Amino acid sequence: MEQAKKMNMKEKYNAMTGDLAWDFSYKTEAEIFPLSDFEGIKIEDWSKWQDPFRLTMDAYWKYQGEKERKLYAVIDAFGQNNAHLGVTDARYINALKIFLTAVTPLEYGAHRGFAMTGRAFPGVGAQVASQMQSIDELRHAQTQLHTISQYNKYFDGLHDPFHMFDRVWYLSVPKSYFEDALSAGPFEFITAISFSFEYVLTNLLFMPFMSGAAYNGDMATVNFGFSAQSDESRHMTLGLEVIKFMLEQHPDNLPIIQRWIDKYFWRGYRLLGIVGMMMDYMLPKRVMSWKEGWEMYFEQNGKMLFDDLARYGITMPKFWEQSVEEKEHLTHQLWLTFYSYGHAAAFHTWIPDDSELDWLSEKYPNTFDKYYRPRLVYLREQEKLGKRFYNPSLPQLCQTCQIPMVYTDPKNPTKRVYRETIYNGDRFHFCSDACKEIFEHEPEKMSQAWLPPHQIFQGNCGGATIPDVLKHYHFTENDGGEFLHSRDNANWNLWKGLTPDEEAA
Amino acid sequence: MAVKAAYENYSGPNRDAVENFHGNQLVYLGWDEHMMFPCAGVFPLPPQMPFGAIIKEVVPSAFSLHPDFASIDWGKVEWLLDGKSFNPTLDKSLEDNGVNHKSLIRMITPGLNGINNSGF
Repeated sequence: MEQAKKMNMKEKYNAMTGDLAWDFSYKTEAEIFPLSDFEGIKIEDWSKWQDPFRLTMDAYWKYQGEKERKLYAVIDAFGQNNAHLGVTDARYINALKIFLTAVTPLEYGAHRGFAMTGRAFPGVGAQVASQMQSIDELRHAQTQLHTISQYNKYFDGLHDPFHMFDRVWYLSVPKSYFEDALSAGPFEFITAISFSFEYVLTNLLFMPFMSGAAYNGDMATVNFGFSAQSDESRHMTLGLEVIKFMLEQHPDNLPIIQRWIDKYFWRGYRLLGIVGMMMDYMLPKRVMSWKEGWEMYFEQNGKMLFDDLARYGITMPKFWEQSVEEKEHLTHQLWLTFYSYGHAAAFHTWIPDDSELDWLSEKYPNTFDKYYRPRLVYLREQEKLGKRFYNPSLPQLCQTCQIPMVYTDPKNPTKRVYRETIYNGDRFHFCSDACKEIFEHEPEKMSQAWLPPHQIFQGNCGGATIPDVLKHYHFTENDGGEFLHSRDNANWNLWKGLTPDEEAA
Repeated sequence: MAVKAAYENYSGPNRDAVENFHGNQLVYLGWDEHMMFPCAGVFPLPPQMPFGAIIKEVVPSAFSLHPDFASIDWGKVEWLLDGKSFNPTLDKSLEDNGVNHKSLIRMITPGLNGINNSGF
């Protein structure tokens, strides 16, 4: 018997992807892929879909398995060596609390979404790429949980991320972003997540957390970052290929895709505000300021990307200029917001020390000393007098981004922006023209937003008082509030043999 | 514009319809130039409640922690209702004052503009 010749990479890729597709005999394509055309995207030839990585399933399992083995060896070593004591100080852990409660559930959401696109797209190349990314995202959710669970043994606020994600007021911001995409069609989902999130904005999500981990002695998270990095670069490449593929398939696709880019750029930018706040306020050793990050990753790199896409007719996302106008105010306003609602958060807040205030002055020369330093100093003095400030009322949220309506006019930063519209006789409120426009394009959908303060008053969140609601969120008495008075801080001082003054400095 | 959906005549519930609030309506209340309260607060209030009760009960529960609060001259406070200047009649109900479900009331206190006049 003659032995078959070994296949080369290209033959193998074709055999392991394209050739896996079925020809349908007793159902029509429209019956099998009912979600493929309602969004208006026209695909004439799915075989034009190119996977730049030509990754086949057998190779995929092999690579991922190797990465898992390495990661779990590091996690084991971390636990055995009490490596949680190696971080800069206990304030750093609060960045991980945000990551675990706000980002890890998004990985799981992406897993669900790509499982959906893998089923919904009629082209086999897109199905296989979606399937791999779906498994990647599930792996990321799991490896993040396993990595950060090391810290859960020693610190508060890390014990119930998925329960919190579905209920907590500020976690409705990332949740609603993803659910907006998940409840749309497959093309909108993949534009929202693969392109706007993974390609345009991911550097501003991953870089601050992973570099922040490295700067602050968190080797477990750094290792998770390494383990996910090759997946992320595959996802970014897919994001760009998807956009180009759709644009090349039919000219009618352009305005639809541009609108999705506009929408998810803005929603993603609003979502990233919390990351910016983490960069400027929560990392004891800072990597770069939000302003520097936005300039480098969006104003420079993002601009180059959109210059490249100009040949397809794509323009910079609408309202991008506003993100630039806001960059010297955004993180200060958000940190002050979380500080004032610190009694209802599952992470700690605090006033930066003097050297950190100086760093902020240097990074924000036009705004920090003028507007924000005096506020922080005032609140610090109040705390010293035993009058730690907490805002007693529930916040008014933007109907679209679900962030409290704290944003101000950059030209007049003590004036809040209020926008509203009437739909079906009811009034809806927005933090910006962009959020208002997103609502007005799809009011049937956006008017269904599950806004946590309103849900509390409807009686759906465990009761009418703040303790009832926090119990419903599964918060413990140690999860939130002022860092100085936290159990995390007391334990840290005990473990490190520090007096409170040494620690806070 | 309308949402593009997988089937025709897509619609869903208005999750914050006034009927869902057990006889109350939502009212938002903000204090301009006092960014210590970073955003307006939201309150479930009976539509029959007199506007004066907002001043007596709701406003203090929201804003009394601010050092400017004790100095407010209530005769000089200016009000905005849904973006328009507004003179409330204190013994009339919210409803009769035109304060509807999800109305936004903004309070302006001339001469009192936050700590050291900073807007905070």
